[in-house]
Amino acid sequence: MNLTLKVWRQKDENSRGYLETIEAKDVNAQMSFLEMLDVVNEELILEGKEPISFDSDCREGICGTCSCMINGKPHGGYKGTTTCQLHMRHFKDGDTIVIEPWRSRAFPVIKDLIVDRGSFDRIIRAGGYISVNTGGAQDANCIPVSKEIAETAMDAAACIGCGACVASCKNGSAMLFVAAKVSHLNLLPQGKPEKDHRVMNMIAQMDLEGFGNCTNIGSCEAACPKEINVQFIAKMNRDYGLAILKGESRHKPDTVSIQAELSDLPID
Amino acid sequence: MKLDAKIPSGPLEQKWDKHRSEIKLIAPANKRKYDIIIVGTGLAGASAAASLGELGYNVKVFCFQDSARRAHSIAAQGGINAAKNYQNDGDTIYRLFYDTIKGGDFRSREANVFRLAQLSVNIIDQCVAQGVPFARDYGGLLDNRSFGGSQVSRTFYARGQTGQQLLLGSYQAMMRQVAQGRVKLYPRTDMLDLVLMNGQAKGIIVRDLVTGEISSVAADAVILATGGYSNVFFLSTNAKGCNVSAIYRAYKKGALFANPCFTQIHPTCIPVSGDYQSKLTLMSESLRNDGRIWVPKNAGDTRHPNDIPEDERDYFLERKYPSYGNLAPRDIASRSAKEVCDEGRGVGPGGRGVYLDFSDAIKRIGKDKIVERYGNLFEMYERITGENAYEQPMRIYPAPHYTMGGLWVDYNLMNNIPGLFVLGEANFSDHGANRLGASALMQGLADGYFVIPYTIGNYLATTKEPKPSIDNPEFKKAEEDVINMIKKLLSAKGKRSAVSFHKEIGKLMWDNVGMARSRQSLQTALKRIPEIREEFWRNVTVSGINETLNQDLENTIRIADFLEFAELLAIDALEREESCGGHFRVEYQENGEAKRNDEQFAYVAAWEFQGLGKKPILHKEPIVYEYVQMATRSYK
Repeated sequence: MNLTLKVWRQKDENSRGYLETIEAKDVNAQMSFLEMLDVVNEELILEGKEPISFDSDCREGICGTCSCMINGKPHGGYKGTTTCQLHMRHFKDGDTIVIEPWRSRAFPVIKDLIVDRGSFDRIIRAGGYISVNTGGAQDANCIPVSKEIAETAMDAAACIGCGACVASCKNGSAMLFVAAKVSHLNLLPQGKPEKDHRVMNMIAQMDLEGFGNCTNIGSCEAACPKEINVQFIAKMNRDYGLAILKGESRHKPDTVSIQAELSDLPID
Repeated sequence: MKLDAKIPSGPLEQKWDKHRSEIKLIAPANKRKYDIIIVGTGLAGASAAASLGELGYNVKVFCFQDSARRAHSIAAQGGINAAKNYQNDGDTIYRLFYDTIKGGDFRSREANVFRLAQLSVNIIDQCVAQGVPFARDYGGLLDNRSFGGSQVSRTFYARGQTGQQLLLGSYQAMMRQVAQGRVKLYPRTDMLDLVLMNGQAKGIIVRDLVTGEISSVAADAVILATGGYSNVFFLSTNAKGCNVSAIYRAYKKGALFANPCFTQIHPTCIPVSGDYQSKLTLMSESLRNDGRIWVPKNAGDTRHPNDIPEDERDYFLERKYPSYGNLAPRDIASRSAKEVCDEGRGVGPGGRGVYLDFSDAIKRIGKDKIVERYGNLFEMYERITGENAYEQPMRIYPAPHYTMGGLWVDYNLMNNIPGLFVLGEANFSDHGANRLGASALMQGLADGYFVIPYTIGNYLATTKEPKPSIDNPEFKKAEEDVINMIKKLLSAKGKRSAVSFHKEIGKLMWDNVGMARSRQSLQTALKRIPEIREEFWRNVTVSGINETLNQDLENTIRIADFLEFAELLAIDALEREESCGGHFRVEYQENGEAKRNDEQFAYVAAWEFQGLGKKPILHKEPIVYEYVQMATRSYK
């Protein structure tokens, strides 16, 4: 099949972007979406043109590297599917496909379809862990965890940190990503001691990064390739409210400025 | 050069404890005076960064991905082994140790593997404490499943995403150290060279993948945890970014490379569908419990599989290995599939595939049961191929998956270059000639959480070589070399893309140095590799400039290293005139089975670089077993 691609091209963070029209010829229906872009890029390279920059790594839907708005939908909008697992058989000859990067103030574009998701790392850094040093852990079976709790924690922990939730949200909110990590850790007995602290700090960092507020639309759940449930947002709100009631807000939140973690070369 | 593995003396089960009590330590207040570089943030790198940060060292961590959480450990599906004996089914540390040695076809070091089995139990404790949501039973205790190569259930798992959950555990532990200021993280940064000072590893050269800036980083020690090199075959189950560059550059600086020919080919992957294909996807080995593998009896039979009558099907594994049938070990199953395809009986586009048929199982236990057991895998298969495997057989074919070989290390995980430590898949140490399922995660975490925190202290306490300044001429020269290489690539302005060379070398390696190797095929490869390399430097074209994000350039640099490394892999395969584990030489077999030669080849082959195009020097570290007896693995 032959396709017309309208691809977002942007030289770097500070340049203006634009949609470029590129023809994709003889596309095989068995190709994945990214393999289609690989073939287009190969031709661009041989023509001496700049290939389209896009992020990808594992190409089996688990690393969370690939992104792209495809015809206005994160990862193309097929249920439980990342861009790397989307196949060309979903398109037909003559289609026009619009490909854009994630759209969010907290995800600045680095080049073409590549964005900087460092804000997610900084949110994890603010409290997305259990404070236990290596060594000295008790026997793994000392604390039983009910199957139900373990399964629910796993449902939340399945998040791949791709950012589709943010890209799909009209407010650019990161609530589903943050709620998934807060819920995973707050549900487990091992995560309880830091429960209040964690939710306060992670939300403070989320706000600092410039993500929008949640208005309970639920497009994040629909766009999530791992089908993370919005109920986790409700759980996080409950944890947040409880933490405030317990007086947790009197502590200064442990956040970092957006610039702090960016690697400045040369390295000291 | 004499290879000293520095195995501690004393009884096997006391070696590690004794060693830990005897090695030198760094006092808590002094640890902050030491800088450590870690390259790679998979299980080994991230767990090492977390543990060393907790101890108080200054750690700088580099990865090429946009976030440390994306390293390819994340894609491991099945589980992680540990000798916990929670199932009361007779598991012991010794049994895990023996299974691993035997699975590795008696080509791994006894003392290292025993330590790995000992540490396996601590790993599970540590991960649970970090909040890894392992599967549990209704009583709330941890659940186990069984895996290939053992008779006990010792595999811990988190659905089909065990690697993801373990990696997030160590990533989060590392981010905690970032918050405490002990770990500094540099994502989107590629290591392009290792820098030695007076023969010791004291720094690296990196390229910022966003700005193209080349810079030097100095430290007291360098840890490489950069994974394996399956992408030398172009198509593999590895992520697109996985590469050999970091360990290969270290090899060119004098680090010994051990057993590069030990590569693992996994039998159940979705077959190649066309030239455009960028990677292969693994389907869990567990499918072979209920699926029957077959091809048509006649070559060139293009009928739909459901139209081929029973008596015109060849269930080749059941025919050749009646007692093991479809559950024959990985290497056997892979080679048999290749054989029938070579005979022209392969199925699907291109004829490189065999059927994995569930129709009998569906008749026997019902579709619901199959959905319950493998539903997610059938979904994944349908997403990729567009075929419904409940109604027609799956098509599968073997694919490169893991590499047992890697940089040579001693018991302390230190290379022959002092100050250079190598962890996880990047080293050669624990899996011999073949790795058992669910053991890669175990090794990565054992190295990072429980071995390196002790052994690196011993090096730092005893070395006389201080952390250098990056103004040192050694750094300047290494930076210049990197800059010149990039300039050379960008100015080639030839007619072929770098990827086309990667595909060419990948196909050459797969055809000649893949599942079945012969003297002739290896010589063919060794003749062709330098020719491809020569054309690459003359005729490659790379788009864009260095001073920007340039994925074509990043990729081309990695391909340039694969083009050199491929030769080392083939040389090692030619030198090892025996068949063992993942290394199968067609000349050395008995009744179609691999024939090991313990008398001549019970050694680790550690190669020393002598310059490009010159044959590297082979150093042999004998493999000596004091506690186990070398035996032949039998499958019939």
